[in-house]
Amino acid sequence: MGKADESISIDAAYVTVADVWARVADGQSLPDSTLVAINMEYTNAEAVLEEGDELAFFPPVTGG
Amino acid sequence: MKVVVQEEAFDPYNELMVYQNSLPSGKHGGVVSFVGTMRDFNDGQDVTAMRLDHYPGMTEKHIEQVCQEASERWDVMDSIVVHRYGDMHPNDAIVLVAVWSAHRANAFDACRFIINYLKERAPFWKCETTLSGEKHWVEHNTRDPKAEIK
Repeated sequence: MGKADESISIDAAYVTVADVWARVADGQSLPDSTLVAINMEYTNAEAVLEEGDELAFFPPVTGG
Repeated sequence: MKVVVQEEAFDPYNELMVYQNSLPSGKHGGVVSFVGTMRDFNDGQDVTAMRLDHYPGMTEKHIEQVCQEASERWDVMDSIVVHRYGDMHPNDAIVLVAVWSAHRANAFDACRFIINYLKERAPFWKCETTLSGEKHWVEHNTRDPKAEIK
């Protein structure tokens, strides 16, 4: 996606990580290799978001 | 325990010595350290420079978590991790992990655990510049056959 950050608003009572990805990636499904974190903790595409959560999508890590 | 993620270049051996001097004298029986440095080659290409990006906040949080977990799994006295981000060149230190314990086995195991976990989970990303000037993101770390997280 190539963005450091973006604020989005979704008007729904129940929103998953996959829902957000579909919205920001024009309906494409989340690639298997993409890592997901909510509020800086790793999670998965089925996780449910709450208002104000920080959601991150990023590629495999290569530190160390 | 000390965790530092910094842009500035550092001398890992000086960091280790300074931190060790702050520990209680005579209580540890050894220190095991790992220093990761930048190579001038990767995947068959000559590499002249590298930029390391990270996810501020999450990076520190996860390194602190793994140091804490290591101290719960093994009987260690203390640990330090220093990791750079930003622009660097071959031979620069990228990461220092050092663990102090009363007996060597715990320090070896905890040090290996911390660096392996860090390479698998800490949100850093390497962008290499090759001899031809081309830049590319490193897609995966080199696999160490013994690198499985225990």
